[in-house]
Amino acid sequence: MRRRALRDEPPFFELNPRRTVRQGHLLPPLDVPDLDPAAVLPQSLLRAPVEDFPDLGEHEVVQHFHRLSQLNYAVDEGLYPLGSCTMKYNPRINERTARLAGFADLHPLQPDDQVQGALALMWELEQALKAVTGMAGVTLQPAAGAHGELTGILMIRKALEARGDARSIVLVPDSAHGTNPATASFAGYEAVEIPSAVDGTVDLAALAELMNERVAAVMLTVPNTLGVFEHRILEISELVHRRGGFLYLDGANLNAFVGRALVGRMGADAMHINLHKTFSTPHGGGGPGAGPVAVSEALLPHLPVPRVVREGDRFRMVWHDPNSVGAMRGYAGSFLILVRAMTYIRSLGAEGLRELSDVAVLYANLIRHRLRGAYHLKYDAPSLHEVVFDDSVQATRDVHNIDIAKRLLDYGFHPPTMSFPLIVHGALMIEPTESPSPEEVGAFCDAMLEIAREVERDPLLVKSAPHDTPVRRIDEVRAARALKVRWQPEQG
Amino acid sequence: MSVPNDLSYTRSHEWARVEGDLVVVGITHYAQDQLGEVVYVELPEVGLGANAGEELGTLESVKAVAEFLSPVAGEVVEVNERLAEEPNLVNEDPYGDGWLVKISGALEEDELLDAEAYKELLAEESH
Repeated sequence: MRRRALRDEPPFFELNPRRTVRQGHLLPPLDVPDLDPAAVLPQSLLRAPVEDFPDLGEHEVVQHFHRLSQLNYAVDEGLYPLGSCTMKYNPRINERTARLAGFADLHPLQPDDQVQGALALMWELEQALKAVTGMAGVTLQPAAGAHGELTGILMIRKALEARGDARSIVLVPDSAHGTNPATASFAGYEAVEIPSAVDGTVDLAALAELMNERVAAVMLTVPNTLGVFEHRILEISELVHRRGGFLYLDGANLNAFVGRALVGRMGADAMHINLHKTFSTPHGGGGPGAGPVAVSEALLPHLPVPRVVREGDRFRMVWHDPNSVGAMRGYAGSFLILVRAMTYIRSLGAEGLRELSDVAVLYANLIRHRLRGAYHLKYDAPSLHEVVFDDSVQATRDVHNIDIAKRLLDYGFHPPTMSFPLIVHGALMIEPTESPSPEEVGAFCDAMLEIAREVERDPLLVKSAPHDTPVRRIDEVRAARALKVRWQPEQG
Repeated sequence: MSVPNDLSYTRSHEWARVEGDLVVVGITHYAQDQLGEVVYVELPEVGLGANAGEELGTLESVKAVAEFLSPVAGEVVEVNERLAEEPNLVNEDPYGDGWLVKISGALEEDELLDAEAYKELLAEESH
């Protein structure tokens, strides 16, 4: 890890340990009558003081959080190869447009005629996402990918109810993201697993056996979590539709083919789009996200409300529709995230979006080519934007994926996704995205190859990594078993 | 990997042992090894009825969350309360103190694997 934070940083509540009175700014004397809030406001509106809150000057607060940020790794630092997460760089221009007063200072209840620009942006983003997916309609409402999944499955449930066809099962491959079975279960369905074929794609014969009139939907990730394209997708969608089911596609891996293939032509009925993956908006931190869902004609009537409609050159929000699944989120969703995604799409244009997926796939295959041999590839089928190695070569020397991941920190890289997908034991799932320079991708491969040599030469060096980080190997088991999520003063 | 001879096994790596008119259920040494250190065990409610192959609960490790399935049809009559405080028992003593549930039901031996067959399954899976 690049060393910058050289001192331990105490938790916030342990700053100013003697609790001396401090003040960041000198304020002029009060020129209005001093008033006790309790004398004029009801008790329910009064804020209770936080017990034992340390007094700090502005610079101490800024320095504290700046130093904390230096203990972290970020997309602004370098390659962040977390497979399935598409940790691409977030261009600064996105932040600039999202801060334009005409977007940032709106109130969600402002009348439509005062927010025509914002409504136009939402409508245009819907058109762009329709073009990228080849689908009939889009909702921008969901707050994240998994929320988009739920929105899609609820629309499917609504469509089935509308034709008086209650169904009880959702089929999910064994390589799926955990959110897929969770979504099915949350929406009231039983999630049933489809086994993978030897090449890691869906076992078509097994699917044919499982597919019947009780199956509401099949949820597939394209390309799948091995980065392998479901090359029988048309047969799968035909099979699902023939038995009256719906095909839900998990759009987590859209970065592999944006601008190159249309899920609408693959027979998808719904697909969520993680704007924080493919369209460069920030990854959470618990903050607002957005997971729009694109739908086929069959689900069009059931899109959530409110939604934007265009009438001539004017735009209007529609709040009620009896066929809709209703509101999945308040008002316009995470509007400023939508502004960032639209900025990205407009900055790249159609040609740029195509180039993006080309480069993402090229980099993943470059890594695959350079690391194969040193690391084992369980599934050898050609892969797209990510590549899944495993630790079986290193495990013979009792070095496991966690050790390799920790050692990467010493080389200044964020580790890849580990132990996922579940069908690869000891998985190391690498997704470079299109963001890094060729030199950065090369340096990552060099580091991975050097670690493989270290495992041969000195396995203990890798097993005891990281050595150069501000915090050494963390006891994850103890952290999970004795979970403390809130700071509390030491007793005594 | 330890595979005691006196137990019956499932293809999904649970073991079953007859104790009077109850069947004691746990996960195998291999399963706990694959899962890694277990940090939380979600057990079913006493009284839950299950068919063979149906999910009884989940085991959460630092790496993954895995469900465990019932090897037999019957009703859950007792769960291992100690696992709430000591989930590590599943790792340390998978065939003993790390048992998961007791089920009132009969062992259908034809449906399950004996120790030899289970060892063969493990040999296949390690390829």
